[in-house]
Amino acid sequence: MDRDYLQPATLSCPQASRVFAEQSYVVEIPDCHKPRMGSCGIAGCINIDGSLISGSKIEKMITTMSERENGLGSGFVAYGLFPDFAEEYCMQFLFESEEAQAETEELLSHWVYMIKDEKVPTFPQRSMTPPFPLVWRYFVRPKKGTEVYIRTGLNEEDYMVRLVMSINETIPGSCCVSSGKDMAVFKGSGYAREIAKFYDISRYKGNMWLSHSRFPTNSPGWWAGSHPISILDWSVCHNGEITSYGVNRKLVEMAGYKCTLLTDSEVVTYLWDLMVRRHRLPVTATAFAMAPWYYKDIERLPDNERRLANQLRITYKEAFLNGPFSILVGRSDPVTMIALADRKKLRPLVMGVSADGNSVYAASEECAIKSVQPDAEIWATRAGNPAIVKVGEGIVRRGTEDPFLGAI
Amino acid sequence: MSKEVETMMIDAGHRNDLGHPLDYRELNRLIREAICAGEERLVLMNVIGQRYIASATSNPNTRIEIHGTPGNDLGAFLNGGTIEVFGNAQDVTANTMNDGMIIVHGNSGDITGLAARGGTLLVKGNSGYRVGIHIKEFEGVGVKLVIGGFVNDYLGEYMAGGTILILGQGVEDSPVGLHVGAGMHGGRIYVRGPVEKHQLGPGACLAEMNDKDFKTVDTLIDQYEKAFSVEIDRSIEYSKIIPLDSRPFRGHYDSTTI
Repeated sequence: MDRDYLQPATLSCPQASRVFAEQSYVVEIPDCHKPRMGSCGIAGCINIDGSLISGSKIEKMITTMSERENGLGSGFVAYGLFPDFAEEYCMQFLFESEEAQAETEELLSHWVYMIKDEKVPTFPQRSMTPPFPLVWRYFVRPKKGTEVYIRTGLNEEDYMVRLVMSINETIPGSCCVSSGKDMAVFKGSGYAREIAKFYDISRYKGNMWLSHSRFPTNSPGWWAGSHPISILDWSVCHNGEITSYGVNRKLVEMAGYKCTLLTDSEVVTYLWDLMVRRHRLPVTATAFAMAPWYYKDIERLPDNERRLANQLRITYKEAFLNGPFSILVGRSDPVTMIALADRKKLRPLVMGVSADGNSVYAASEECAIKSVQPDAEIWATRAGNPAIVKVGEGIVRRGTEDPFLGAI
Repeated sequence: MSKEVETMMIDAGHRNDLGHPLDYRELNRLIREAICAGEERLVLMNVIGQRYIASATSNPNTRIEIHGTPGNDLGAFLNGGTIEVFGNAQDVTANTMNDGMIIVHGNSGDITGLAARGGTLLVKGNSGYRVGIHIKEFEGVGVKLVIGGFVNDYLGEYMAGGTILILGQGVEDSPVGLHVGAGMHGGRIYVRGPVEKHQLGPGACLAEMNDKDFKTVDTLIDQYEKAFSVEIDRSIEYSKIIPLDSRPFRGHYDSTTI
C-alpha cells in the first residue's frame, strides 16, 4: 500500500492543499482478475555509437506496455552480448529434460566444435507456471572439412541453419532459440516482467535490444513459440497475424526451412534470412516485397522504380505478408534494427530518437519510449516503409521516405 | 484558466514494486471520484500510457490537464468537459466522443476520432492513419476534427457525417495521404492545400468551396488559433472532399429501396 502519488496541487494555486481522501486507492489487482484482452507489444532500443545498454532499460520499456500482453509469452534479444566470443556461433537452447540435452549434445558433437558451454542462469518466479525448461548456451564453430560438412555441400551459414532445423525437427524436448554470433535470445511463457526476472535480464548489456510481450491469437502460448523468433543472427518480434501463412510457409519450406514453432511469426524470420542473406536483396526491397503497394499506386512511380516494384511483386509474390503486422527485426554485422508495419498500417509502430541523437527506439506505443527517454523526438513510420538504424552509421532510413530511397 | 478554481493534482508516474506505472483503472477511478466529489479542475502529472483517461466524463465544467503521454482511447465516450494534453496523444484518441473538447498540444496517433459523434478535437501537430474513420452526425450535431499538420492514408474512411479540417502546416505538397474518404457517405473534409484525384478513395469526390464552407473553416481556424496561440495564413487554397452519394449501397442489397 502506497500513497506517494497522491500529492496536493501546489503549482498554480497554493491554497489547494487538500489531499483528496484518507483511504488509499492503490490496490494491486491480481492478474487473474485482469481482463484477457490486448495485443502484442514490441519494443526495441539501439545505441548508434555501439555503447552498451543495460537490460533493465528494455525491461522498463516493455513492462510499461503491460496492458498489451496476457502472460502467454515474452522475450528479449540482445546484440553485442559476447565480445569475447564474437566469432563463435552462440547456440542457446531450451531443454525439456536432461535426456533431450544429452541427445542434442550428441548431435552437436558431430556437427560443430564446442568452444565453451554454460548454463544460462535462470530464476523461476513463483507467479509463473512450472515446469521450467533447462536453458543452456553453447559457443560453437562448424566442423569444416569433416565428412558431415562436405556431404551437406552447404556454406557455413546454411550449414548452421540446417543444424538448427534438424535439432528443432527431430529431437523431442529440445529447441534452439538462437544461433547467431554475438547475440542471444531470452524467451519464455509468462508476462514480460516475469521473463525479465526469470533470466535476470538486467545482468546483460548489449548495444541493441529487442523485446516482445505476447497476446497469442491464433497459436498456442508456449516457451519455444514466444518471440523473438531467431535464426542465425536474425531475430524478429512480431505483432499481428500473418493471414497468408500457408503461402509464405510454402516458400520457406521449399528453401529448406522447417516450421516447427507452431506460430505464424516464424515464417517472417525465415523470409528475412532467405531474402536478405541468401538472395542478397536490399532491406528496402525485401520490405517492399513483404508489404507491397497496390498495383494502381505502383503505376504512379517513376519508370525504373515502377519496373523494380512490379518485378518484386511478381517474383516474390509468396513473400507478401498479408494481414496486419508490425515487426522489429534485428541482425548483427553491423548491428541493425529494422522496424516495419504492414501496408495499411493496421498495427501500431512509433519510433523515437534521444535529444543527443545516439539512442534510437521503436515501440508499439509512445509511452514505452517516453518511459526511458522523456526527451525523445517521436515519429511514426509510414505503412510498409521500413525504418533502418545501424550501429556506427545512424538512422539510415526514417521510414517516411520514398520506397526505394537509400536502398541497402 | 482562472487561478481561483481549486486544482487537484494526481501523479500518475508512480511505479509500484512490479515496476508498473499507476494502473489505468486506479487512475480513472481517482479521476471519476474527484469529479463526483465536485472537482472541476484536475491536473494529471507524469502520465505514461494509461488508457481510457477521462472516458465518459460528462460534466461540461470539468477541465482535465494531462502532462506526459496519455495512452490509447483518451477521452473515449467523452460526453462533456475539456481535456488538454501537453504532449502527444497515442492511438484512438476521442474514441466515440459525444460532446466536449479535446486539445492536443502535440501529435496524435492512428485512428484519431474513431466513430466520434459530437464535440471538438484540436490537434496542434500531425496525426496518423484512419483519422476520423466512421465519424457521424445527426440532425446537425456532428464532430469537428482539426489537425494542424498532415495526416496519413484513409482520412475520413466510411465517414457518415461531421467535419474534418486538415491545416497542413509545414507541409509543402498535399497534407493528406491516399484513399481519402474511402467509402464515405456523409460529412465534409476540408484540406488546406492540394488534393489530387488519385488520392481519393472510392465514394469520395472533390467539390468547390462555397460561402458556408468558408464560414465553417473560419470558425474552426478561430478555435485552433485560440487554443494554440498561433496564427494561420487563410489565403492558401482549400480542397473540399464530399461523398459522391449519401447512399452508396442503394439497390445493392434490397432491390425495392428507392
